[in-house]
Amino acid sequence: MSSDVLELSVAEALRRIEAGDLAADDYFDAYAKRAAADELGAYLWRAEPGSVAGAKGALRGAPIAVKDIFCTEGIETTAGSRILKGYRPPYTATAVRRLADAGARLLGKTNMDEFAMGSSNENSGYGPVLNPWDRERVPGGSSGGSAAAVAGRLAPWAIGTDTGGSIRQPASLCGIVGLKPTYGAVSRYGMIAFASSLDQCGPLTRDVTDAALLLRAAEGRDPCDSTSVGIEGGVELPSRESLEGLRFGVPRELSAEAEGIEAGVSEVFERTLGVIRELGGEVDECALPHAAHGLSAYYVLAPAEASANLARYDGVRFGPRADANGDLIEMYERTRAEGFGAEVKRRIMLGTYALSSGYYEAYYGRAQRVRSKIADDFRAAFERFDYLVTPTSPTVAFRLGERTADPLTMYMSDFCTVPMSLAGIPAISIPAGLAEPDGGGPELPVGFQIAAPAFDESGLLDAAHALERAIDFDTRPPG
Amino acid sequence: MIDREQVLHVARLARLELTDEEVERMSGELTTILDHVERMNELDLDGVEPTSHVVALENVLRADEPRPSWPREQVLEPAPDPAEGAFRVPSPQA
Amino acid sequence: MTLSEGYEAVIGLEIHVQLSTRTKMFCGCELSFGEQPNVHTCPVCLAHPGVLPVINEQAVRYALQIALALESEVAPRSIFHRKNYFYPDNPKGYQISQYDIPLARGGQLGDVRIHRVHLEEDAAKLTHVGESGRIHGSATSLVDFNRGGTPLVEIVTEPDLGDPAQAREWAQLLRTTVKQLGVSDVNMEEGSLRCDANVSVRRAGAEELGTKTELKNMNSFRFLERGIAAELERQGAVLEAGGQVEQETFHFDPRTGSLTPLRSKEYAHDYRYFPEPDLVPLAPTEEMLRAASETLPELPAERRERYQAELGLPEVTARQLAFDAELGDYFERALEASRKSAAAEGSAPERPTTIANWVTGELVGRLREAHRSGDAAEPGEVDPASSKVSPEALAALVGMVQSKRVTTGAARQVLAVLVADGGDPAEIVEREGLAQMSDTGELDAIVERAIDAEPGAAEKVRAGNSKAMGPIVGAVMRETKGRADGGEVTRLIREKLGAE
Ligand SMILES: [Mg+2]
Ligand SMILES: [Zn+2]
Repeated sequence: MSSDVLELSVAEALRRIEAGDLAADDYFDAYAKRAAADELGAYLWRAEPGSVAGAKGALRGAPIAVKDIFCTEGIETTAGSRILKGYRPPYTATAVRRLADAGARLLGKTNMDEFAMGSSNENSGYGPVLNPWDRERVPGGSSGGSAAAVAGRLAPWAIGTDTGGSIRQPASLCGIVGLKPTYGAVSRYGMIAFASSLDQCGPLTRDVTDAALLLRAAEGRDPCDSTSVGIEGGVELPSRESLEGLRFGVPRELSAEAEGIEAGVSEVFERTLGVIRELGGEVDECALPHAAHGLSAYYVLAPAEASANLARYDGVRFGPRADANGDLIEMYERTRAEGFGAEVKRRIMLGTYALSSGYYEAYYGRAQRVRSKIADDFRAAFERFDYLVTPTSPTVAFRLGERTADPLTMYMSDFCTVPMSLAGIPAISIPAGLAEPDGGGPELPVGFQIAAPAFDESGLLDAAHALERAIDFDTRPPG
Repeated sequence: MIDREQVLHVARLARLELTDEEVERMSGELTTILDHVERMNELDLDGVEPTSHVVALENVLRADEPRPSWPREQVLEPAPDPAEGAFRVPSPQA
Repeated sequence: MTLSEGYEAVIGLEIHVQLSTRTKMFCGCELSFGEQPNVHTCPVCLAHPGVLPVINEQAVRYALQIALALESEVAPRSIFHRKNYFYPDNPKGYQISQYDIPLARGGQLGDVRIHRVHLEEDAAKLTHVGESGRIHGSATSLVDFNRGGTPLVEIVTEPDLGDPAQAREWAQLLRTTVKQLGVSDVNMEEGSLRCDANVSVRRAGAEELGTKTELKNMNSFRFLERGIAAELERQGAVLEAGGQVEQETFHFDPRTGSLTPLRSKEYAHDYRYFPEPDLVPLAPTEEMLRAASETLPELPAERRERYQAELGLPEVTARQLAFDAELGDYFERALEASRKSAAAEGSAPERPTTIANWVTGELVGRLREAHRSGDAAEPGEVDPASSKVSPEALAALVGMVQSKRVTTGAARQVLAVLVADGGDPAEIVEREGLAQMSDTGELDAIVERAIDAEPGAAEKVRAGNSKAMGPIVGAVMRETKGRADGGEVTRLIREKLGAE
């Protein structure tokens, strides 16, 4: 029975629990046992099997994996960093609490790139995560643990965070669904900050319906987060089967004209545009003239905010403190040198530099203006189109170690996802097919990204659902 | 070009101790990344307003009502060097 | 004046006012003073991972009241910034403050223009404890986060002040103004009012400003005045010697009264300000502004005007009472008591000027004496309301003088008793036998005895030197314990000695 249970979507499992065909505790235990045998490095902490809680709320005790960036009261929360080793938060993040209130049970805390900085999960302070499709390859990042756990059947679904692509890109590389909601849809309270004006919590699931189910429980205005608004009218479960009457724009800057898109990825992308047409959708080229500069703006704004957000890790109030012969400045400098990994240091340096005296206008000020232009581009495009579509990641999953020596190449992984983050609009990645990497290798999942106007999550999920049905992708990794 | 001196200056601002090797590497990497970032300079951004927030909200305020503070034992539990009910640190005046 | 001729001082002030809200600026912890360390803290004000700030509505209301009272123009939309620096009292590694778009700009209080008014959060308290023994030979500090996150309003003036005394007087006016608003305790010693000064010196009449230095930690008005004076003297000497003033920050040591330069911390000045992404803009609505202006009480300038125009007080007295909130409030209560008792007795109330003079002269003088402070008083330092002399008692005493039930001299004695023990003036007069002598026969005999006892003085008065009368008057007063009316005594002496 157990292997069967692991293949169910959460929506289906909940139906069976409700019908009395599946015991909620059995459902939880099947995953707890599977997670206990985690061979992907996906988890940093796991719940014990046999923790009986009963099937309350709409989510009826369903297990959920939570990225280790969310504070969970009394349970070690590290954001993948050594600087938070042993840190047990005194409170639980609002998003996690809302899911728990809806009846979800914490299955485990998932591995991630340190402070969500990375696109391969190789920047975790606690070891890499392996891609269940090919264990020599990365799962993407920074929500790599969540994506690998869901794809590898170590969790039925998970939450992650997306700042420039950290839900969508790993979802794409692991062959699952990943949704970054509109900025402000889900509370950021208790979500350890990377870049506060961009960070957003969202679902990683095996199908679009589960993503809707999860978002429905997590979203909402939170008095503890001044930037949260929730989604007006809530989230509807998707039901659409055709795309009749919908117009899809294809921004050439993020597809045909983009550098570094693999041939196999392009092929799957083109094929998917064909599926949209078959479903009655209109497809036309469009322009986002400033989108190609998104990555530049992002690599100023996100590190700048991060440089301030990470200043609290100073060895004074919590966390480890390095020995410094009683000198305060040395204490700060060594604590932080020992606690942070290379990528985090790089971004702190980059952000500090961009904000420093004499450089602010040239970098930060400029990046904020590019951000305005990108948001304007999207607004203009949405006057002609209902949705915009691009490949999620320029490439399929790459090999472990392949890009670690070259930060800029690694950053290019987010080329197609960053513009939506800057504009604060929702975007989903759904698996669209398999392709070989350039230069050959095993066939690996390719993600298809759909972006929508702010707060149109219900419409976005509906369209993604119709497309998902037609594509009929098999999310089971081989072997 | 971000040279050694600049790297050291920024590291000092960011309170990060870097090894000589890290300084070298950082200098090269930051230069490469900033070269890419500077492609923004191609754009004409005169008169464009900067975006700090994508949410169109104003005046999000909370009532001035006390909420229970945190028990001191719990406050100091994760402290690396608690003393006399406070957080002890090397003196900044030293 | 401490500056030599040919130079002039340019002084601006930066004032931090702790608001007396119930909770902190960005979290629900209660404000406290003098409690055990770290009992008013939470994950937000300790900057634990994942927490977010939420603005205290009352702090905004109070800040708007201050801005309106200073006639400052409230920005239609202001934003918060992060000010980045590492220090143990700064848990997030940045202070949430306002930068290029503050809550309000411009304005005026008294003769001084306001540059800006903004909202921010206070730092935690850092106590230096010296060598700890734990790490051999190294000093440590203790951090208490109770104060961390207290709402602050920062007020920056234009450099409109010309000398230390003016700076002090203006700072006291500002204190009174904020005190009247009821938005802060404004106590300098407890740190709810903190005053920094920017000081520079230039050649008289020069357009360009000299290099300014910053003075911090002057925790009383007296020290503010002294600190500025000392710094002006120092700068003057540097310039006189042909040197150049360097941009520095000085810390005032109240124990020694000296200024020590703060160790110039490398890179201390690159705060890397950027907009706080965790907060949305403040855009005070009509409603918010109306609520703030409706609750504005009478401010010192208006009070002074009223005292002059309606009560007929001389300018100096009106100013003294209006610019010192405690004194002014006390005066009004005494005036009210006098009116009530006059109405009850069907008599004419005392003239406001008479009561005002007793408050600002006799009472303040006595209280200051009791406080053993030779210097000019700190506002609140001789708060008559917290003395044993009730406004009703003072009004009654003044009434007794006016109705000639006691002499002025006797009234001073009664006041001394009131300051020491409190009580009812009529009872004290009765108990101490201080009622004015009404029996002319008795006084006549006493005067004659006094003339006999001071023959030398009597001779001089007879010869036309009426100034020599002193010893005789003194003898009469001693004998009558001040109960005799001075005018009557003089008249009798002149009469008996045949003087003019
Ligand atoms: Mg300030
Ligand atoms: Zn607090």
